[in-house]
Amino acid sequence: MNDFFATYGFLMVSMVLGAVLGLSLYLPLMAGQLSLASPGFYALGGYIAAILSTQVFQVEGNYPLSLLLLEMIAAGLVCGLLGVGVGVPALRLRGIYLAIATIAFVEVLRVLALNLEITGGAVGIFGIPQPFQSAIEYLWIALPLLFASMAFVYRLEKIRVGRALIAIREDELAADSMGINPTYYKVLAFTLGAILAGVVGAISAHFINTWNARQGTFDASIIYLTFVLIGGSRTFAGAVLGGMIFTALPEILRAVADVPSLPLWLSQFFRDGRLIIFGFLIVMGTIFFPQGLVTPGLLKKLRRGG
Amino acid sequence: MNATLFLQNFLNGLSIGSIYAIFALGYTLVFSILGIINFAHGAIFTLGAYFTYVLMGGAFGFNGLLANLALPFRLPFAIAIILGSTIAGIISVIVERFAFRPLRRKKADSLLTVVSSLGVAVMIVNLIQYLVGAEIYTFPPDTYGNLPPAINFGTEANPIPIRSVQVVIFLVSGVILSILTYLINVTKYGKAMRAVAEDQTTASLLGINADRFIVLTFFVSGFLGGLAGTLVGSSVSIAGPYFGIGFGLKGLAVIVLGGLGSIPGAVVGGLVIGLIEAFVPGDYSAYKDAVAFGILFLMLLIRPQGLLGRSLIQKV
Repeated sequence: MNDFFATYGFLMVSMVLGAVLGLSLYLPLMAGQLSLASPGFYALGGYIAAILSTQVFQVEGNYPLSLLLLEMIAAGLVCGLLGVGVGVPALRLRGIYLAIATIAFVEVLRVLALNLEITGGAVGIFGIPQPFQSAIEYLWIALPLLFASMAFVYRLEKIRVGRALIAIREDELAADSMGINPTYYKVLAFTLGAILAGVVGAISAHFINTWNARQGTFDASIIYLTFVLIGGSRTFAGAVLGGMIFTALPEILRAVADVPSLPLWLSQFFRDGRLIIFGFLIVMGTIFFPQGLVTPGLLKKLRRGG
Repeated sequence: MNATLFLQNFLNGLSIGSIYAIFALGYTLVFSILGIINFAHGAIFTLGAYFTYVLMGGAFGFNGLLANLALPFRLPFAIAIILGSTIAGIISVIVERFAFRPLRRKKADSLLTVVSSLGVAVMIVNLIQYLVGAEIYTFPPDTYGNLPPAINFGTEANPIPIRSVQVVIFLVSGVILSILTYLINVTKYGKAMRAVAEDQTTASLLGINADRFIVLTFFVSGFLGGLAGTLVGSSVSIAGPYFGIGFGLKGLAVIVLGGLGSIPGAVVGGLVIGLIEAFVPGDYSAYKDAVAFGILFLMLLIRPQGLLGRSLIQKV
């Protein structure tokens, strides 16, 4: 068992963190808004944690958990504020503007991270202190975060706010005329997603140990988007499952590539063509499963016992 | 800033701005007809540059599946760029056929079409990386024939040298933009295209085959993307499979500045952003890429319909 955890500990924690990232994209999608900002907030949260732990706190020995929690709160706060700043101008408008504004936001952050001194430029920040002895122990912090955010989204869908978001997704004009303020709720959903992505970033900075500008790229935006769109954008269970499965997909493909009877070109493709497969899945998914694989209908069927 | 430096920056800005304009027109044409942003456009830009590179007899490097591959013949630049852009246009039509048309038939949410185009972009970029590796490819030094490296726009005593490549780019862009303006505003095809953009159903009732014009639009858009990619690639270099993505994102700033769906807006937006970037002081050149996105945010705040766009009215 110990061997198992030593080998797959890193992957398991990554999967849990991937699931939370999936939720961070699911929140704006609840209101029908396509946001590509999650990697930006994720990168920002990571930088906040990395700078605080290497330049401000500077603790000898094991890094105390309380400081990590403090970093998570700081990351959440900063990302939340910035989320409002980016969200308000973009979400007053309808349609594609949020996607464009969030892409611009991610690019501006990347340029800043590459050029500022405090972020370590292109090299990034190294030797971020470790609060745990092994990778698997990060589950102590990642799992509670996942469960808490799942419970939060589950509750959110049941109360007025959640119903307002879904009303906006279905028809913004109709929702508006029913007395729902679309801008307010869209910004709320977007900001909640931003906070979540920032908190995950703060954990990941410690978990990965180094942090640089490669963490928040356009590619990452697309990968996170795959989590939700293929997993399921109509129920949070889809986002969580999508996040887990697609984080593990590269490992699965690597295992498939090692099957000995496979022709050489195919196993090579599985090893190096991961993102080609991602892109293909996105196109096929949007055409054939526009609501993702896990849909509310499917869940209902399962609950009734098949 | 003295007058020479000012003129130099101004002409350089016009040159890069005119490429932005050509490229952004590709976005705009598709947006005006389908109401979506085609995120695969940046990838098509990259493809165009690679196609022209190969058609000019360029060989691929050591990485990727097609390592060391080169065509047995070598076309002159003028022919290669037209052929390369045409192939880019054809790829764009194929993308429309397989990634966009099925969604249009289902009358799917436009959000899904945008996502699908993102998927196509990821596929193309990584396919390029898989096939030819992530190396930087430089066009042969005699790409533009025997032009001198720079042309003097000033006097003997007070020279204002401009790289001749920039001048060629500006001339080519000017010609392309004029042809396109003529096609769209004067010819019957252009009229039909604008009719489809205005209202697909009404246009089909008037006997216009909407699908045919959507295919034509995608071809022209892909052609313009490939052309812009070749011009950038040949004046600097093809900086790996991702080089179109960054350019593509900047193109978004151009169309938001000019106004989504506005054809003159794309041209004005491209020139304005090109000029502003050219005047970023050298000390801050690392932040040059962020300038366009700063403008984008500003426009969303002050004037979301863009410089030349129609005001945003919501119809029920």
